[in-house]
Amino acid sequence: MLDGRQLLRSSIFRIALIYLCLFSASVLVLGGIIYWITVGSLTRQIDATIDAEITGLAEQFDQRGLLGLIRAIQRRSDQTPDQRGLYLLTDRNYAPLAGNLTRWPDIKPSDEGWITFPIGEASGEGGGIDFGRGRVFDLGGWYHLLVGHDIRERLFVSQMIRESMAIGVAIVIGLSLIGGVLMSRTLRRQIDAINRTSREIMAGDLARRVPIAGSGDEFDQLAGNLNAMLDKIEQLLAGVRQVSDNIAHDLRSPLTRLRSRLELTLLQDSGSEAYRLAIENTIAEADKLLQTFNALLDIAQAEAGAARRDFEPIDLAALLDDVAELYEPAAEERGLGFEATKQGAVEIPGDRELLFQALANLVDNALKFAPEGGQVSVALSFDQARVRLCVSDNGPGIPAEYRDKVRQRFYRLEASRSTPGSGLGLSLVAAVVELHGGRLELGDNEPGLKATLDLPR
Amino acid sequence: MTIEAHYDTALTTHAEGPERIMRVLVIEDDAETASYIAKGLGESGYAVDIANDGKDGLLMAVGEDYDIAVVDRMLPGLDGLSLVETLRRTGKHTPILFLSALGGVDDRVKGLRSGGDDYLVKPFAFSELLARIEALLRRRGNAAVETLLREGDLEMDVLARIVRRGGEQIPLQPREFKLLEYLLRHAGQVVTRTMLLEHVWGYHFDPQTNVIDVHISRLRQKVDRGYDQPLLHTVRGAGYMLRASS
Repeated sequence: MLDGRQLLRSSIFRIALIYLCLFSASVLVLGGIIYWITVGSLTRQIDATIDAEITGLAEQFDQRGLLGLIRAIQRRSDQTPDQRGLYLLTDRNYAPLAGNLTRWPDIKPSDEGWITFPIGEASGEGGGIDFGRGRVFDLGGWYHLLVGHDIRERLFVSQMIRESMAIGVAIVIGLSLIGGVLMSRTLRRQIDAINRTSREIMAGDLARRVPIAGSGDEFDQLAGNLNAMLDKIEQLLAGVRQVSDNIAHDLRSPLTRLRSRLELTLLQDSGSEAYRLAIENTIAEADKLLQTFNALLDIAQAEAGAARRDFEPIDLAALLDDVAELYEPAAEERGLGFEATKQGAVEIPGDRELLFQALANLVDNALKFAPEGGQVSVALSFDQARVRLCVSDNGPGIPAEYRDKVRQRFYRLEASRSTPGSGLGLSLVAAVVELHGGRLELGDNEPGLKATLDLPR
Repeated sequence: MTIEAHYDTALTTHAEGPERIMRVLVIEDDAETASYIAKGLGESGYAVDIANDGKDGLLMAVGEDYDIAVVDRMLPGLDGLSLVETLRRTGKHTPILFLSALGGVDDRVKGLRSGGDDYLVKPFAFSELLARIEALLRRRGNAAVETLLREGDLEMDVLARIVRRGGEQIPLQPREFKLLEYLLRHAGQVVTRTMLLEHVWGYHFDPQTNVIDVHISRLRQKVDRGYDQPLLHTVRGAGYMLRASS
């Protein structure tokens, strides 16, 4: 549960408070506009009624003179009180002659004769002072005429609007507070789930994942991304663990061999041919170890991505020619057909040495695995967006289920254990391609392996 | 034909007759590596001095005339790059071979740009180090680039792009020509596979298979086939050597 202080510290609740202020302000503005329009139109309506009454009375006065006017006033005053018409005719000294007002108001009228005046104690409901609005005329200097209308209605309406505004604001505040608390509590729960998961992961349980509600909302997206990141981290950690296992295995066994060979050599007569041979074999073994070690360093360097800073435009057609020129005799020596095809000249930003080595590793593999009388081909093709360097052979290929595994360091298929190699070749190729923002695709050449460096232009 | 690589006999430079003993300065802080290099070079007929840190190394390199200096890149006191830059500013042109655990392309470029002449990445085989040292010493020997090369009865006119053996012209592919040119320029020295890949093909890497050997054997077919005296020799455990046996 959230206590008050936690609630205030919650940024979601603070956002809810800001929205509360905004909503209240908009309710007030809305109310103001309604008030202004309603009261304005009521006033205009009253003024129009007064003008119509004046026109009517003026007609009476024109046709029937003062007596007609007085009679008309009396008739209208006597009508039902709902009419709320106010009339007063006085002589020049403001002594009442006719009408339903008892005395002439003391208030000075505006230039056009409009006047708003109190009309004594309210007669009916609510009490207070009623006001009237009217227009005064001077009839030839002998008489004064006031025609008006009760504006209790207008006052009533404006009061109603004020009250409903107050109630509206109160409801907005109440609902926003409740909504804010509920919202912050819900969001808090979702964030707590993420926090809890990350604490558990920090505590060492790497298999934990952020729960996904399944609604596909932003929190699900966040959780999905976090989970994907965690997967990637776990995968990298597994990779590191696997590499250290592999180093332990693949470097320790040759080192052990090296050591035992030296020990055996010690037993030999130092002048003998066998002694020399043993030393030579040991040096060859050490060289192989050095090669493996250098390959590991190359991979680490490609994966670290530092070389990306020094990328320069690389002519891939020339690179392909260089590789072909270097390997063609080796292919011929093995009785293999060798073919290099290229669609044309194309440049990509890259590291010349690493790309060459990646391509050379693939050709090296192809030469190793192509059968007697087989065919190895390298091809360069490209379109608007991608460049593909493809090396294919018609050897045994790699079964689909092992195509991911062979990219791992030191992984070697059972079938290839007898051939020379460190099991690092494809790992380096994969690392170099990823360094260039591309990917290594291993496909079926039917039969054989078709390895493609798929690079962005 | 195969020549065994014996590091206890002067293999190459001194094959052409008695010369003065070459002096090598090894600037390397790891005592074991330094003494390993010194021992190997000593047995190959060099006089070796060792400096254990950058400052001593610089003082020795400036103060005395060495024929070549082998410089580690990461040194206490003064790092290898600054050392070589400073040395070059004093006007010394001693050939420099960098030894470094930093093997990236940019590391190599930095090393060569600072004034180094060659760059060898640790860990390395001693035969490789020796071959490179001898190549650097040879390069200094003939500063003017010769255009007529000769070893035994093999001649190469680099400008006319003509190769003759015993007066008979040998047709060569452009790459074979380049390969033979490099071997001729380093005649009597061991050149390693990585040196060939570096200078003839222009790439630094460690081929897993015998690609270079195949190119050499093709060249050998053209250069040695049908002649009594083979010129192109394989040095086991190290590389190749072009030499007219005398």
